[in-house]
Amino acid sequence: MASLKALKLRIASIKSTQKITKAMKMVAAAKLRRSQEAAEAARPYSERMAAVMASLGSRVTVGPESPKLLAGTGADQTYLLVVVTSERGLAGGFNTNIVRLARRRADELMAQGKTVKLLLAGRKGRAAFVRTHRDAIVDTLDLIHGKAQQFADAQVIAANVIDRFTRDEFDVAELFFSRFRSALVQEPTTVRLIPAALPEAAKPDTATTSGPPPAAIEYEPDEEAILADLLPRNLAVQIFRAMLENQASFFGAQMTAMDNATRNAGDIITRLTIVYNRTRQAAITTELIEIIAGAESL
Amino acid sequence: MADVLHFELVSPEKLLRSGDVYMVVVPGTEGDFGVLPGHAPLVSTIRPGAIQVFPTSMNDVPERIFIDGGFAEVGPNGLTILAESATPVGEIDVEATARALATARETLRAASGDALTAAEARVARFEAMQAVAVN
Repeated sequence: MASLKALKLRIASIKSTQKITKAMKMVAAAKLRRSQEAAEAARPYSERMAAVMASLGSRVTVGPESPKLLAGTGADQTYLLVVVTSERGLAGGFNTNIVRLARRRADELMAQGKTVKLLLAGRKGRAAFVRTHRDAIVDTLDLIHGKAQQFADAQVIAANVIDRFTRDEFDVAELFFSRFRSALVQEPTTVRLIPAALPEAAKPDTATTSGPPPAAIEYEPDEEAILADLLPRNLAVQIFRAMLENQASFFGAQMTAMDNATRNAGDIITRLTIVYNRTRQAAITTELIEIIAGAESL
Repeated sequence: MADVLHFELVSPEKLLRSGDVYMVVVPGTEGDFGVLPGHAPLVSTIRPGAIQVFPTSMNDVPERIFIDGGFAEVGPNGLTILAESATPVGEIDVEATARALATARETLRAASGDALTAAEARVARFEAMQAVAVN
């Protein structure tokens, strides 16, 4: 049985841990709100981009003449897995879940005899992959933690990916990140980056729009040139979105994790307090017995 | 058809501007073009340069915003410009731009291969920025 003093110290220490986790939970909640707003603010751009890509995609037929980013290299021997994780930990299974999904995919591809390369964004992913797939890592990029994700960061990653693609380092690129469902639910997700998956063109809604059919859209320069210009941008936008979602997911996960930790600390404190009181009473009882025994023997 | 042009300026980070204007002049890759209400549907890429926004009529002093490339889409709902970055011309730091241009030219001289294209783009970008800021 621990001494009274040791128990008291432990309770005090857990109380201060609880204070820290509680504060972290609140900080994560505030940051979650901010990153959700950022994700919201970025939506118009990517929606328009997707709409234009879709309308272009319905006009351009994919052939050997098409830009490589769209058509691919025609092979699927080498895979580049871009894994976006966070810079910090203390977010429960957040990074583990992304890494597990990516690792499973990597092992699956390797089993099929493909070559796998890993491009890691975020420090936590590197730590995990260094242990199992050290040779596959081609590059790690650090993200800026805390501050709102900048589009420039996404452009850096996109440029890195495109650069490797033009040097024929890989045939297919896939992006791994955590999709934000809600503060409680984050879902590790895979998106194929190259060859680009064009979103389906929205069907013209003839039922609701009366009036003349929409005029044919003019393209300046022609469709192919615009597409060639848009594809790299689209890549950056997709990565940017992934980063924003990932950030929101991270804070969501951290909030949940810290909430659990706070509650857990509360439980431990209750348990320890009971032990502390029992020990104290036992000590008093023992003392009383000793006093009474002493008085009787007189 | 509405007699005002609905104009939206969107960057990847946020919706910068949304409102009704009279006309917008856009520096397209193949030449500047003005967009008035009821313009035919069009998609065009943009070269680095300033867009000019005329709030109510032709005689207004246009509001000038520097756009660092992107693309413009004219549809039934008006004009949307997707730009990677946008700065009101008045906020461009002329000296900083001149310095950046000098550095970019410096790198261009030393660059070759892939880096050359990137350096050329940088020089073109800062040249456009400077040209816009000075006028």
